[in-house]
Amino acid sequence: MAQDARIIGRRGFRSGLLAAIPVLLAVGPFGLIFGAVATEAGLDLAQTMAMTSLVIAGASQLAALQVLSDGAPAIVAVLTGAVVNLRMAMYSASLALHWSDAPVWTRALAALTLHDQSYALSIARYERRPDEPLADRIGFYLGVGLLTSGVWVAMTLVGIRLGAALPEAIDLGVIVPVTFIAIAAPMLRGRRSALVAAVAASVSLLAVGLPFGLGLMLGAAAGLAAGFAADRPAPKTGPAVLPCDGSGEAVCAGERAR
Amino acid sequence: MISDTAIWSMIAGLGIATYAIRFSFLGLLAGREVPESVRRGLAFVPAAVLPALIAPMVVGGQSGADPERLAACAAALVAGLLTRNVLAGILAGIAGYALALVVSGQI
Repeated sequence: MAQDARIIGRRGFRSGLLAAIPVLLAVGPFGLIFGAVATEAGLDLAQTMAMTSLVIAGASQLAALQVLSDGAPAIVAVLTGAVVNLRMAMYSASLALHWSDAPVWTRALAALTLHDQSYALSIARYERRPDEPLADRIGFYLGVGLLTSGVWVAMTLVGIRLGAALPEAIDLGVIVPVTFIAIAAPMLRGRRSALVAAVAASVSLLAVGLPFGLGLMLGAAAGLAAGFAADRPAPKTGPAVLPCDGSGEAVCAGERAR
Repeated sequence: MISDTAIWSMIAGLGIATYAIRFSFLGLLAGREVPESVRRGLAFVPAAVLPALIAPMVVGGQSGADPERLAACAAALVAGLLTRNVLAGILAGIAGYALALVVSGQI
């Protein structure tokens, strides 16, 4: 393998920055919504910014916040958010195949900014250009990750200001289910995922009175059980199934375009 | 109002858990293949968790089921299913909410 003196390839980094521009359209508004919703839920500036910079995963941030607002203990909120983010283990595994020769500190750095966009754009590029030098592969990924994460954090800040400026009459509460529905609807592809969703929603509705977010956990578990029960080995259709969370719009768009 | 302790615990916990998930195969488990069954299971997770989270918010929520909220949610669902685009779903939901407020004479 050709050795590059530079670990992070500049050319790849620049390509990554450019490739990330279109997906900012999906990242930006979602960051804005999180900032506004978190502020209305009672988080102060430091808390909202700490959460958005440490987690960088919109759906899980909103989910954890919602669970906490419903009065569940912090541990249940953490579990809920972590479960929403479990798909990233899949991204991590898939990316690791292309990064096996990369120094461990670059992989630790990459993990900071692994989300739907950085994964989807990078994996598409790696498959298109299998011969690209490792440094440029790393550069491309970090270019995408840096720009998308930076805009995510910045737009959260804008959302905080906006949320504080909104008149009382406007109920931001409606934005939360609307955003979640918009995230979830594109994932409902095929009969099985529709079944999983229907079972999960029904069980969580039946269990709505239970404390500590138990209804959510029961609903999700029932949905998963239904999914596994209905699961039959099917022909593989591509490298990985990419469920999208709010930031996953580009993933779905990319899948469609293929 | 949520207590500061609960908020900071949640932020720290979710930050650490999410980083651990992200670093899992890139770092500690480097080079290991994900078994097919686990991969399929992971793919289902969001489709199970999000509806379980959404359903109570749509019909109940803290403010109770109101027609404007239902209209907003229905618009987001239809647009999301048709366009498969998150942003389109959000915008449709907001438009549906605004329309419902106008129709009911609230604005």
